[in-house]
Amino acid sequence: MERIQEKLAILADAAKYDASCASSGSNRKNTTKGLGNAHPGMGICHSYTADGRCVSLLKILLTNVCIYDCAYCVSRKSNDIKRAAFTVQEVVDLTINFYRRNYIEGLFLSSGIFKDPDYTMERLVRVAKKLRTEHNFNGYIHLKAIPGASDDLMREAGLYADRLSVNLELPTDAGLKLLAPEKSRPAMIQPIQFLKNEIIRLDDERKVLKKVPTFVPAGQSTQVIVGAAGESDMEIMHLASRFYRQFALKRVYYSGYVPISSDNRLPGLHSQVPLLRENRLYQADWLMRFYGFEPQELLNDTHPNLDTDIDPKLSWALRNLDSFPVDINKADKMLIARVPGIGMESLRKICAARMHGPLGWDQLKLMGVQLNKAKYFITCKAGALERRDLTSEQIRQQLLAQSHSKWVKAHSPQLQLF
Amino acid sequence: MTTWLYDGSFDGFLSAVFDLYWQKKTDVVIRKEQDHVKGLFENVIFMPTITANADRVWAGLTKKLTEAVLQQLFCCYLSELPGEEDNMVGFIRHVFASEQDVSGDFGNKYVLHVTQLSRKVHREKHRMEAFVRFQLTKDNIYYSLVSPDYNVLPLIARHFKERYADQYWIIYDERRRFGIYYNLDKVETIRLQFNADYDPHYHTTGNVWAPEEELYQRLWNTYFKEANIVSRRNPRLQLQHMPRRYWKYLTEMRLG
Ligand code: SF4
Repeated sequence: MERIQEKLAILADAAKYDASCASSGSNRKNTTKGLGNAHPGMGICHSYTADGRCVSLLKILLTNVCIYDCAYCVSRKSNDIKRAAFTVQEVVDLTINFYRRNYIEGLFLSSGIFKDPDYTMERLVRVAKKLRTEHNFNGYIHLKAIPGASDDLMREAGLYADRLSVNLELPTDAGLKLLAPEKSRPAMIQPIQFLKNEIIRLDDERKVLKKVPTFVPAGQSTQVIVGAAGESDMEIMHLASRFYRQFALKRVYYSGYVPISSDNRLPGLHSQVPLLRENRLYQADWLMRFYGFEPQELLNDTHPNLDTDIDPKLSWALRNLDSFPVDINKADKMLIARVPGIGMESLRKICAARMHGPLGWDQLKLMGVQLNKAKYFITCKAGALERRDLTSEQIRQQLLAQSHSKWVKAHSPQLQLF
Repeated sequence: MTTWLYDGSFDGFLSAVFDLYWQKKTDVVIRKEQDHVKGLFENVIFMPTITANADRVWAGLTKKLTEAVLQQLFCCYLSELPGEEDNMVGFIRHVFASEQDVSGDFGNKYVLHVTQLSRKVHREKHRMEAFVRFQLTKDNIYYSLVSPDYNVLPLIARHFKERYADQYWIIYDERRRFGIYYNLDKVETIRLQFNADYDPHYHTTGNVWAPEEELYQRLWNTYFKEANIVSRRNPRLQLQHMPRRYWKYLTEMRLG
């Protein structure tokens, strides 16, 4: 095997636990007849690995050499593994050649911390700068922001990257102390805060000045590991909600802990990746970001964890039957958004179509509403389809009997046996 | 019932629609000439394409529909589904019969159908934007073979032109036997003649490809293999996103 292939194998393997794959939300056009563009709208997943995850970016580490020893990380100092490092030019060549063949949307470059944060960050920035200035590359670039690196380097990174991210990884302070005692929360928040302020400052300048360069146009994201440190779903979602609000993050990723260590502070090597839990967290995240739910509606002291049998919207609706039924033909859009079985696409259709005349069950079905769920919570032209005297528990049982959680079938081969 | 045949072009279809109105016909179905199998007692007439008439229908639609909805109608045409003309005619009739903009009238079956089918065509467009795999030839052309479910090459040309503005490329639809070729200036439609002994599928040997091509395919396959997390194995989900019929065109799936 050639050396470059071996390096790629090592440094792709080490980078794959980062769940972020987004390549959307930027606005980098190819105006110079150069190479590539980054779309504001939908990102593109160019392939899917055997775990069903999307491959959108060339996601690699610059090096897996690291001076830290975070227990949950394969690259930790004390782990006995092969180490490798790319040169700046190697990363540039891989990116360009993969991009030209339409394998990828761009580069997601992260790194272990070698020497010190500035030294590491400087290398990451150099890759991005070279791609942009020497190769006229307009594809998507996501760089890791290394906590502790200087403001100047952060600012420079923001000029070339579409997205920057600092991973919080451990949702609770207790988890951080236990598994990554060398790291501190304030040190992680510092660059997030700095970048947020810079984004706002430059947005303001852009309103009055003409030539303000783009700065992290696709914003910041972060990732938390799920199930490594005994945290509850409530702790995770409240943290996510706080970061969405306080730092205007574009995305929070939830990454089910993949057992990679026999360290007894962590789940054992044979424990399962909490895929279902991870999926429920993503659903709850969507409900917060697009459906107008507050985190405490979904998760609170009485319900600190999401229901695994049913999705979080249905679970909320069953706890709040007094908010239903809603009238599809009259109710406010955001109330209909709360009905289980109605997604954003059917919501949009309902709101447009009802202006042309009242809608009945058949039409709702054709518009993609999952009536088996929605029917318990709505009325429409034909009146109520279901009896309204069912209790939450009865509805729940009926729904569970119909489909033993579609998700369990589709996403979790190991659960299929039951 | 009479069947009108048109030459298979979008203009041909619109031109026939013009005659529906002109001759005040309601008992006519419109079909592509090349797909048509004549029934025993069927009354069949070939309708020549008159571009001016097609333009008048299109202009009429343009007054009543947004760009996006016009595009959806065009997508239905590109679906090439047999008998799709009936839905398109139903939709056009509904548009012309109504005073207001009916594009949000999803209670109407034609309006809903056009939205839904165009979404499918659009998804195929999106898939092609994702699943095209270029291979670099010796003459410095990035070449790719595809076989989309719907005829989406006309829809993806712009995306690839904007993205790969500084490289020559060809995307060839193996099933429909035509391709699009970008010559650093504009995109042209082309037909290729393959030698009888030429395997139109990808191969890394032979003297067709650039010397570095094999290396980058190998590196990509390495990357693809390493990016997978074994303990999250979920082939069902992989298949759902990337159905098997696309695999033979994907560098990373052909070998495994
Ligand atoms: S600093 Fe980053 S690369 Fe280093 S051990 Fe911690 S998580 Fe891993």
